[in-house]
Amino acid sequence: MMITDGVEDEEKWLAAGIAGLQQNAFYMHRALDSNNLKDALKYSAQMLSELRTSRLSPHKYYELYMRAFDELRKLEMFFKEETRRGCSIVDLYELVQHAGNILPRLYLLCTVGSVYIKSKEAPAKDVLKDLVEMCRGIQHPVRGLFLRSYLAQVSRDKLPDIGSEYEGDPDIVTDAVEFVLQNFTEMNKLWVRMHHQGPQRDKEKREKERNELRDLVGKNLHVLGQIEGIDLDMYKDTVLPRVLEQVVNCKDELAQYYLMDCIIQVFPDEYHLQTLETLLGACPQLQPSVDMKTVLSRLMERLSNYAASSTEVLPEFLQVEAFAKFNNAIGKVIEAQVDMPIFGAVMLYSSLLTFTLHVHPDRLDYVDQVLGACVKKLSENGKLEDSKATKQIVSLLSAPLDKYNDVVTALKLSNYPRVMDYLNDKTNKVMATIIIQSIMKNETRISTADKVEALFELIKGLIKDLDVTPDEIDEEDFKEEQNSVARLIQMLYNDEPEEMLKIICTVRKHILTGGPKRLPFTVPPLVFASLKNDDLVEEEASTTPNKIFQILNQTIEALSDVPVPELALWLYLECAEAANDCDLEPVAYEFFTQAYILYEEEIADSKAQITALHLIIGTLQRMHVFGVENRDTLTHKATGYSAKLLKKPDQCRAVYSCSHLFWNDERDSMKDGERVMLCLKRALRIANAAQQMSNATRGSSGSVVLFIEILNKYLYFFEKGNPQVNVAAVQSLIELITTEMQSESSATDPVANAFFASTLRYIQFQKQKGGTLGEKYEAIKV
Amino acid sequence: IDFAKEGELEQKKMVLVLVLALGDLHIPHRVADLPPKFKSMLVPGKIQHIICTGNLCIKEVYDYLKSLCPDMHVTRGEYDEDPRYLETKTLTIDQFKLGVCHGHQVIPWGDLDSLAMLQKQLDVDILVTGHTHQFKAYKHEGGVVINPGSATGAYSSLTYEVNPSFVLMDIDGLRVVVYVYELIDGEVKVDKIDFKKIATTHSTH
Repeated sequence: MMITDGVEDEEKWLAAGIAGLQQNAFYMHRALDSNNLKDALKYSAQMLSELRTSRLSPHKYYELYMRAFDELRKLEMFFKEETRRGCSIVDLYELVQHAGNILPRLYLLCTVGSVYIKSKEAPAKDVLKDLVEMCRGIQHPVRGLFLRSYLAQVSRDKLPDIGSEYEGDPDIVTDAVEFVLQNFTEMNKLWVRMHHQGPQRDKEKREKERNELRDLVGKNLHVLGQIEGIDLDMYKDTVLPRVLEQVVNCKDELAQYYLMDCIIQVFPDEYHLQTLETLLGACPQLQPSVDMKTVLSRLMERLSNYAASSTEVLPEFLQVEAFAKFNNAIGKVIEAQVDMPIFGAVMLYSSLLTFTLHVHPDRLDYVDQVLGACVKKLSENGKLEDSKATKQIVSLLSAPLDKYNDVVTALKLSNYPRVMDYLNDKTNKVMATIIIQSIMKNETRISTADKVEALFELIKGLIKDLDVTPDEIDEEDFKEEQNSVARLIQMLYNDEPEEMLKIICTVRKHILTGGPKRLPFTVPPLVFASLKNDDLVEEEASTTPNKIFQILNQTIEALSDVPVPELALWLYLECAEAANDCDLEPVAYEFFTQAYILYEEEIADSKAQITALHLIIGTLQRMHVFGVENRDTLTHKATGYSAKLLKKPDQCRAVYSCSHLFWNDERDSMKDGERVMLCLKRALRIANAAQQMSNATRGSSGSVVLFIEILNKYLYFFEKGNPQVNVAAVQSLIELITTEMQSESSATDPVANAFFASTLRYIQFQKQKGGTLGEKYEAIKV
Repeated sequence: IDFAKEGELEQKKMVLVLVLALGDLHIPHRVADLPPKFKSMLVPGKIQHIICTGNLCIKEVYDYLKSLCPDMHVTRGEYDEDPRYLETKTLTIDQFKLGVCHGHQVIPWGDLDSLAMLQKQLDVDILVTGHTHQFKAYKHEGGVVINPGSATGAYSSLTYEVNPSFVLMDIDGLRVVVYVYELIDGEVKVDKIDFKKIATTHSTH
């Protein structure tokens, strides 16, 4: 209730003030038009009296002030005209001082003063000095601030500066600086005084109002920033010390924060570098509640950008020992501000790190130092749970990755993993993912076992469960994580077999700690990373291939813990094939043995059995390293498995596929026509049995497709010159099929029809080819 | 006569039927990703059908390919994560019947005669298979057998040096132009082969 009353009242007072102002302005205009100086002064003074009010908040006072300001411009022009008409400016200057009340008097004085300076009848510095001191007469904060602001505004373009028309004697710049500094100091004092005025309960409201006025004070610093005559020396010796003195001594949190920030924004980066010690030295002297981390961060950010803008400025940074100074200052601030939350400290180190990466990118020791200081601070708190702080740390740790685009460089920072130790599990994983993404994006190769070791230490959050009781994790997320680890493994290699072996061992060591959940994702990439490295497996006169295969054997074995027998079986067969290429018969045999054991003991699902057999037969067919005995054993087993599949059609197909085990087209020694035929005949028997079963259970014979498939196989071996697969055999099978298809009990099967038709077409086609092939086929009647 | 409609008809005939055939990516077991040069070429909206021989191996790859073209046909490779893919698939595009199979089921692996048998059995003009990671385009009396190779150049115990490759088929009436894209020494090389089909019979020459 009270507040709305207050606002309503303020509106009323403002309206009244504006009305009064406008009324007097009207009369003032009349006086100006009729060149009536006396009246002009009278009405302008009355008009300015409206600014004597204490009732308005700064925001509203500003509205009134702006109108007065506009009117005073007209008055100023009038004064200028008057002097041209012969009125003495000195007299005018004296005349206005007869105004009854001090505030109007001073506004008028400043206005005349402006004209006085322009007339150059007295040195600018004298007039300015007079004005700035006279303004001391107003000690009310709001009124004083606006008055001095007016003074600053009208004097702006009349400051004696180098190249300005108001140059006087050699020390001109000093005078300008002195004027602005004085105005600034007085304004700051008034501004701070507002804090202490009024009852405690309105403090918050007052601070808000104070905040609205801050730019009035800050403007002075902007003006200083634009005075051309201020060189580095003057800044160092006069300007900065005086400003800092006021900032420190006013002991006001709001003022200190704002003004420090102002200094940083207004003056050139070059100056900051050269006065770093002084500037940073002021920081611990400020009120403990001042948000120093933001101030310092901003300063470091500015200087980082400065460094990034041109390589020529970098030596300067070294020369002033910028890094050491910042490092020190931050340490002191963190020490002094005991209540600073942890994320604040991390933010400071993060800014310092960014600064270091920009300014001294080649100094890894500096980067490591910053991380070390951060670790020290973190060690006081234990693992971080605060989300703001963890975000800052992720930002801190990502910075070197982004800068160097090379994880290997980050791996050299000894404190990097130590910082990660303070992250909770969730954030650890996030960071690990960021690291992996950086590697993948930049296609970084990690080429030594040491680096791999260091890397896996960093990403251990993804490699294993860090907690004894891990949190529930979304299955999709988990898969994504592990797949990214799988991708990472592709980036770890070295062309040197010795080193590659070490890398494989290191990776293996780590992934085995991952537990059954992770192994199906991590084992295959490791196996293939080993196998695809040709040199590794084909090195002659070296023990490395054997070692590798041993390791792979043991690694695949670990999959039995999961268990994923199919995957393990496929991998054993891949290894067998690789061993085959290395001519390592015992090794290849061992892998086949393992595969077969898995088949017999672990693969019960029919569909899986079929796929497994395809792979077994396919792989075995390509093996050339086996001696007769070994080959026979493995082949015998394979055909045995084939015949024992559950469904007859599957049996049939697997068995006729086995026929290829007895025939290797490239080696005459491996062409056993008889056993091929035995296989095919066996397949035929199974196909027959399938037909009979179909008859018995469904009343009609099943599809003849199997027979057609076997026929195609006959033709295959017929063409290859297997003496056992002769014309008679082919012919009788064709007749069998034809009969079956025409028989009444068989259902019309369009698939079989088309298949048979195209097979017969093929035979015709071969006949027409002529030559030995044509001759062969000639005998077959279709 | 409505001239506008006529024009539309004419335009419809000019519509491209592009079929992307690829497979054996083996992501992430053997390779981290498709080669960047291939990725930049494979843009959504340009392809009408995708045929994938298998061994993607993870859902992420499936989703990526699906984003290039919603009409996707996949067959099962032994390392594929999803157990629901079929062993073989047939589909008709324009005048052509196509068959897809990963190829580990056809023994001996890579043997063209044995693949031709599968082709006859499926009764298709074009058979697309993989597993060997080696590009092949073979025309025989019964049709065409295409192996698009490995799109990522993944390691295979069957092939010594694998270059990343994939196939784009431009099917137009009774004619199909097979473009094969291979990444050799960092450069994309394109080759093309023409096949025509005789309308009245099944065979493709």
